[in-house]
Amino acid sequence: MENSYYNPKDLGKFGDIAEFEPQLAKKFFDYYGSVFEEGELTAREKALIALAVAHTVQCPYCIDAYTEASLEKGANEAQMMEAVHVACAIRGGASLVHGVQMMNKAKKLGM
Amino acid sequence: MKVASLVSRGHALKDPKEQLRVINSETPVLCTLPRFHQMLEQSGLYPLRPTGIEIFQMNLGYMCNMTCKHCHVDAGPDRKEMMSRENLEHCIRAIEQLDAQTVDLTGGAPEMHPDFEWFTERISKPGRKIIVRSNLTILVTNPKYRAFPEFFKKHRMEVTCSLPFYNKFTTDKQRGEGTYDRSVEALLHLNSIGYGMPETGLELNLVYNPAGAFLPADQAALEADFRTNLRRRHGIEFSKLFTITNLPISRYLEFLIQSGNLDAYMQKLVEAYNPSAAAGVMCRNTISVAWNGILYDCDFNQMLEIPVETESSRHIRDFDPEALNARNIIVDQHCFGCTAGAGSSCGGATAKA
Repeated sequence: MENSYYNPKDLGKFGDIAEFEPQLAKKFFDYYGSVFEEGELTAREKALIALAVAHTVQCPYCIDAYTEASLEKGANEAQMMEAVHVACAIRGGASLVHGVQMMNKAKKLGM
Repeated sequence: MKVASLVSRGHALKDPKEQLRVINSETPVLCTLPRFHQMLEQSGLYPLRPTGIEIFQMNLGYMCNMTCKHCHVDAGPDRKEMMSRENLEHCIRAIEQLDAQTVDLTGGAPEMHPDFEWFTERISKPGRKIIVRSNLTILVTNPKYRAFPEFFKKHRMEVTCSLPFYNKFTTDKQRGEGTYDRSVEALLHLNSIGYGMPETGLELNLVYNPAGAFLPADQAALEADFRTNLRRRHGIEFSKLFTITNLPISRYLEFLIQSGNLDAYMQKLVEAYNPSAAAGVMCRNTISVAWNGILYDCDFNQMLEIPVETESSRHIRDFDPEALNARNIIVDQHCFGCTAGAGSSCGGATAKA
């Protein structure tokens, strides 16, 4: 905190949030663990989704963790970059599609 | 970047003692990690004992046409170590004495040994599995080596070959420019003579190892990915995929140091220690013979020059299976590579992660 808001070592301390409130932490981590279990989606698909979301929420901890997790689930670099582009496309598209709202309003106001 | 062997560069890590010093105590983090033998003790496996010699593994020499970035052998075209005819004869006697069911030929590129065919013919017999660990590219190098797949087939050898990924980017990054395309050519040729094809009984296995400082993916999931992608992209078929974890020695150790990943990788291996993988480590059912006839618990101990404990049977000329089966297997910090997650051996994963 003294020199930077982010410290890579803090990622390894994620579990320590239980120190201030154990019950909710337990519920969260149990849930988190279940989410990433192999289900209808494979563990690798979930890791790639997490990687894309990590870029959307721009969480450096998550990018660190899910880059490694994606590789360890057998994803390759090109797949990972495609996942980031998916995040980028949705994020960019989300801005752009609001252009329709702008157009609606402009057209209503215009002559 | 062109890779050269540690030996040819006169690198400090060419000395196995230096490698052991580094992985044991190079940094404060490494000093504080639990020792491998302590973990075995906690699992009730120390001292680690053999379960009997099932696999007779021979390293025919360190010469290779390739110089891969991660090679634990530090193999390359400049390496001249090669098993002598005399030691090959000792091996033949040992194989017959054991009536070994599995003989595993590795290197370097084992095909580059001038006596490879002579030796195979001497030990080949029905019911004995002879594995050749091929780097694939050697099989498309020149007419001499292009003829090898037919020779493998004649002796129904199992071909186990390296292919770190089903794409060019990752494969060439680890094994050198052009490797992927030449590997595909070799695999298609092996397929064309029946290797990896259903109902031929000609086994063609692929070996995956991570192209970086991370653990391998689940073996079954990765096998399915390889199968789908190699079939779709090239029409390639194969029998099984083995995932192998990179051990922190030799050129892979150099990579870990240079990339600043050594501490984190060793921590990862230690944290992923799996007692059931420890129970299934390959050194328990394998004996490794080096080019110079010295016996080792495994190919990794061979590269670290840690011979078997058994003084009376430390060379292939003195091969004594009974004495060897009574030995304690020698372990050190590199052994965490074989016990992480789903475990790792020359035959792939050894346990459930």
